[in-house]
Amino acid sequence: MSFYDTWSAVLIATIAGFTLVFTALVATKLLAPYARERAKGVSYECGMLPIGRNWSQIHVRYYLLAILFLIFDVETVFIFPWAVTLGADVPLFVFYEMLVFIGVLVLGLGYAWKRGVLEWK
Amino acid sequence: MSSLPFADPIFGIPSWLDIIVRVIVAALVLTVIVIYATYGERKLLGRFQQRLGPMKTGPWGLWQGVADAVKLVGKEDIRPNNADRWVFEFAPYLTFIPIFVTLVTLPVAQEWGIRNLSLGLFFVFAVMGLNIVGIVMAGLGSGNKYALLGGVRAAAQMISYEIPLVISLLSVTMVAGTLDLNLIAAMQSLSPDEGQHAPFIALQPLAFLIFFTAMLSELHRAPFDIPVAESEVVGGYFVEYSGIRWSMFQLAEYASLFAWAIFGSVVFLGGWAVPGPDTFNLGSWWGPDWAWHAAFTIVKALLWFVVIVWIRATVPRLRIDQLMNFCWKVLLPLSLVQFLMTGFAVVYEWPEWVMAITSAAGAAVLIAIIIRRALRKPKNTLVGSYRRAQVPVQ
Repeated sequence: MSFYDTWSAVLIATIAGFTLVFTALVATKLLAPYARERAKGVSYECGMLPIGRNWSQIHVRYYLLAILFLIFDVETVFIFPWAVTLGADVPLFVFYEMLVFIGVLVLGLGYAWKRGVLEWK
Repeated sequence: MSSLPFADPIFGIPSWLDIIVRVIVAALVLTVIVIYATYGERKLLGRFQQRLGPMKTGPWGLWQGVADAVKLVGKEDIRPNNADRWVFEFAPYLTFIPIFVTLVTLPVAQEWGIRNLSLGLFFVFAVMGLNIVGIVMAGLGSGNKYALLGGVRAAAQMISYEIPLVISLLSVTMVAGTLDLNLIAAMQSLSPDEGQHAPFIALQPLAFLIFFTAMLSELHRAPFDIPVAESEVVGGYFVEYSGIRWSMFQLAEYASLFAWAIFGSVVFLGGWAVPGPDTFNLGSWWGPDWAWHAAFTIVKALLWFVVIVWIRATVPRLRIDQLMNFCWKVLLPLSLVQFLMTGFAVVYEWPEWVMAITSAAGAAVLIAIIIRRALRKPKNTLVGSYRRAQVPVQ
């Protein structure tokens, strides 16, 4: 089975997933009752009128986490092709090279740990 | 063995038509599975809590899920005034579609899947990860403080646990030497042939435990359910969604539960591979091969589902600081240890029992850490420990 025969399944499944959600939303437009009321549009805060602005600020540590994640996730993308070929006959230095790469990242993790990025206070 | 034979298009129809037929079948099966997964979960939870669970709708409450689905279609679809319109409307799409697309490559039996992608393992978690975007969009677009908090919590939790999850999968990849899910399932048949292994749960128990924990977190199941904790953020990122839009999130949640269950049982428990020397040719067994293969996958996936519900019924919810510390300070270092152990074992061609024993030792360390933390008693008086427990709401 050729490349396009196989991977076109991804495209078709995406379209099918979209259609599924779309059909459900159209069905609810046709079937569900619709009664506009002022109180319905107010954002929900356990029955009280909302206090303050709707978009509150969020803490900076989410940003730090996202950066840490980015570093490690890019790392894993690099490691995958390496991991697949590791069992085949590859020279030994390929393995130790990757250990150096991971070692550098672990140093980074240790630094972040020491600076308290991982503490959730 | 570079790839296994995969089914030709049924009845000799063109390939694209064959894909469409298979996708439609998958969508129908998925809907039935989701309806009965909610029913099964409620039944199981009922039993765990010494109740009966749903009993009224149909015999043993069997129509409960169907009745709920019909009810949800008839509910009014409300968009809050200060919601960001397009972000709010597209969030359900982006939450559900990635989960649905992963079904393309999940093999239920050797020839039972939509298509067999050669990058299956990578594809599954890469596409699964996309649904974080939908969740953050739901949180941001709703114009609600609780939804926003739930959304960013979900994002923080999911991206954090993604890393140990992927590294534990890397350890499996190194042994398997392929990303093809059908091949990975086929090589865990316990037969003495060349290239055949024991199921990876026996070879790498540590990787399995890390994968399972991280998977619970990706699914926001208890004990990792603070993004949707109703007592803290009244439901999290889908507070403002009602009716069918809300049920799209529910659909995505249970669909991903089953996608992860099949994926996990393929990668770690051997999927459709029947243990024994004659995995591919069960001539002496009663019934056709595919039926046995499918039965093995389904039993494993159901077992996976029951364990997840069991954990939900047993373990109390973690606080967000405990959750993040557990990921970055326990799971990530241990997953790197597993990665190194597997790397040395593969490169120096150590026998497989060495890999199994070192990994089992690592798994014992992980379990010891969990038990020690769970049993740790507060040292100070109530006031002190109460004060220490005061973490900010975000």
